[in-house]
Amino acid sequence: MWSFSKIANIIHEWLSQTFNVTWTTIIEMVIAGVAVISLFAVLGLVLVIMERKVSAWMQIRLGPNRVGPKGLLQSLADTLKLLVKEGMTPNGADKFLFNLAPFIAMMVAMLLLAPIAFAKDFQLWDLNIGVLYVSAISSISVISILMAGWASNNKYSLLGAMRSGAQIVSYELSAGLSVLAIVVLTGSLQLSEIVNSQANGWWIFKGHIPAIIAFITFIIAVTAETNRAPFDLAEAESELTAGFHTEYSGMKFALFFLAEYANVFIVCAIGATLFLGGWMPFHIGNWNGFNNIMDWIPSSVWFFGKTFFLIFLIMWFRWTFPRLRIDQLLNLEWKYLLPISMVNILLVTAMAILKWHF
Amino acid sequence: MTNEELKIKISELLPVATFEEGGEWLNINIEPADWLSFAQQLRNDSSLYFDYLFCLTCIDWKTYLTMVYHLSSTKYRHNIVVKAKLDRNKPEIETVSHIWRTAEFHEREVYEMFGVNFLNHPDLRLLILPDGWEGKNPLRKDFEDPVNMIKL
Amino acid sequence: MYRETQIVSDVAKTPLTGEGTFTINVGPQHPATHGVLHLVITLNGETILNIEPHLGYIHRSIEKMCESLTYRQFIYVTSRMDYLSAHINNHACALCVEKGMQIEIPSRAQVIRVLMDELTRIASHELWWGAMAMDVGAFTPFFHAFRERETINDIMEETCGARLTMNYMVPGGVMYDIHPNFQKRVKDFLQLYKRKIHEYDELVTGNIIFQNRMKGVGVLTAEDVISYGCTGPVARGSGVSSDIRKLYPYEIYDKLEFDEVLETAGDSFARYLIRLREMNQSIRIVEQLIDNIPEGDFQAKTKAVLKLPKGEFYQRVETARGELGVYIVSEGGTTPYRIKFRSPGFSNLSILNHMVKGSKIGDLIAAMGTLDLVIPDIDR
Repeated sequence: MWSFSKIANIIHEWLSQTFNVTWTTIIEMVIAGVAVISLFAVLGLVLVIMERKVSAWMQIRLGPNRVGPKGLLQSLADTLKLLVKEGMTPNGADKFLFNLAPFIAMMVAMLLLAPIAFAKDFQLWDLNIGVLYVSAISSISVISILMAGWASNNKYSLLGAMRSGAQIVSYELSAGLSVLAIVVLTGSLQLSEIVNSQANGWWIFKGHIPAIIAFITFIIAVTAETNRAPFDLAEAESELTAGFHTEYSGMKFALFFLAEYANVFIVCAIGATLFLGGWMPFHIGNWNGFNNIMDWIPSSVWFFGKTFFLIFLIMWFRWTFPRLRIDQLLNLEWKYLLPISMVNILLVTAMAILKWHF
Repeated sequence: MTNEELKIKISELLPVATFEEGGEWLNINIEPADWLSFAQQLRNDSSLYFDYLFCLTCIDWKTYLTMVYHLSSTKYRHNIVVKAKLDRNKPEIETVSHIWRTAEFHEREVYEMFGVNFLNHPDLRLLILPDGWEGKNPLRKDFEDPVNMIKL
Repeated sequence: MYRETQIVSDVAKTPLTGEGTFTINVGPQHPATHGVLHLVITLNGETILNIEPHLGYIHRSIEKMCESLTYRQFIYVTSRMDYLSAHINNHACALCVEKGMQIEIPSRAQVIRVLMDELTRIASHELWWGAMAMDVGAFTPFFHAFRERETINDIMEETCGARLTMNYMVPGGVMYDIHPNFQKRVKDFLQLYKRKIHEYDELVTGNIIFQNRMKGVGVLTAEDVISYGCTGPVARGSGVSSDIRKLYPYEIYDKLEFDEVLETAGDSFARYLIRLREMNQSIRIVEQLIDNIPEGDFQAKTKAVLKLPKGEFYQRVETARGELGVYIVSEGGTTPYRIKFRSPGFSNLSILNHMVKGSKIGDLIAAMGTLDLVIPDIDR
């Protein structure tokens, strides 16, 4: 059967036969780069249309329904519009930083795609400190937001950027701690090993209540880290018009927009990998027939299915909850989530030492 | 209190006040100079207790201006109307914005629309008209705006 | 925590200029001001030190316009004042003219007027509810509110020929009789409303984030509210009885069964609850009247040209936002000598600075939402 790993292997073998080692590596890198960029574009388009359809469904309206079949090409049309739109730089803005910021946001999102296992044996870069890499790189995204807010020379943008700085720095702690819970259970930082450790059951099932607590904390923290409602204080439409990207237009705005959706995809993919078994199919104990049927479903379908389920969850939050106030937001993190995750990590450690998990 | 009782009570407080009757509420005509002390009495007197200024406006009678204050008591639910005649060329009256805070905005509106100068007002600036407005006060009867006003 | 209280307690003393403070302009174009309100806010970080409203962006000087319009004509202008309760504005003006001319209006017209008023009140509160939720960052409720509001607008359209600025009430009654479908469609609406009203509580009222955003925010004491001349739900949220329909009944309100909703907390959440419950009271009134519209004329016989006797006439009514006063000074002619509209929004806005000084920007938006400001009503 076709799978991503087989296609990758066929290409690799053909390249190795035709070229020498250096050229093979270079060509493979180019292919990977192109694949990541196109994945990015496709993700942006898919997630935007998904968000619009999901929100329309929740808001008892139709959503986009004019361009293409059932409006599915709407985001393509939007992208086209944004591409040809004039990108304005406000007077008094720090031009260099202003133009750099959206690219940093994009680069961070792209770098984060590297260690994600999209399917069985299909991973761009299976580095042995995958989890650490993800936490480290994702912290850089705050720099792009601060840069954008500062360089815009707009008080709304600055307020949004400052909010976002405080928010992302705080919520990274509990996101990190909840990820750590799984690292403790697995004993490895490598994403492929974390996935493999879930062959006999996903961590959310195997890890008892601490894993569920870690999962909930993780979801809340990453929602905050990606600046999505109810934690969208950096944008806070009704308060700060558009927060840090108030002054951006055209493609530069689109890059921020795209980076937001890419970040949502990445955090959901990480969540699916850590807690829901990544590309691992759903197995129940000794039900061999059932397990075989589950195995028959391709691993990429499992991975994307889980990821999109989590994305839907985050969209659901966005279209249901009101926004928190800045002090409530920080209270939630420092007074509730952080202590809970700290206690939780102790529980998980005890559980891992005593081998209480399955 | 009924209008009659109010009339007796108020003529005790301010003997120089004159009354107009026939309307729905008791109308009291006073001199602008008496207004501040009279207003404080109206607000603080326990049997009157006019704590709610529900309308503050001005009327341009071409030869003079009249300030009109509609007062009500949330405790006794009686209403009065206080009127003060102002000189059209130099309209001045004491502010009551420290007695009824709502007067602060209403007086600013009257200030720009009629040109009434409220003495001791904390923040007497243009509220509705654009900054740097020059010219006459729009709600006065002799105001002409050839561009925006259409004569029927 | 210590630092935060320190800053907030010093708000009155903190200088409005100098290091650490800056001003931002909220509006004239801003998503949260629902129109062209312009607030100049002085901030220290996220803490508000001072708010200064700049008005007049849509001032059309309706009071001046009315001075050159006849008593039949000027009512149409007033629909544009508080466009969300156009019926009630028209009603106030019609009542004031009728008071001056001592016109007795037929009971059918009275019932129709009250029905329209209450439907308008529901529609206005629906829109407010959606916009309120949007102010605190929830987008979905807006569409749920519009589902019901559109039904009311359809009913209005059928009878009055317009959806927003109806101009339906004229001196002497209403302009034309109700549409034959009116009663049926109002009953359909009542059913829809009762089926859907629990969604409002489930989606917004019970939400923990929403409650945290609203409770204890923008607290107003009863003395503040009276002194600043606030009326309507803002006053009732602080426990000040201010419903003109109860205190100074007009039309047939004294014969109807409904309660004045009062809350004592005085915070944003109290004002929120007041409006939600007021919708239920309006539903009660509509239910009492919809099957009991008396037969007869919908308009009293009036002269073609109305002339108010010399004098001054004041009429107060309860709009969706509070007390609207119409003050007509007549010289005996066909046009008013001077008209003053005491609009609820203008007084309610004046308390904004007092209300949110020292709180965060997010609270400003949430608290301003509960004032239910309609900018043309403030600017007139």
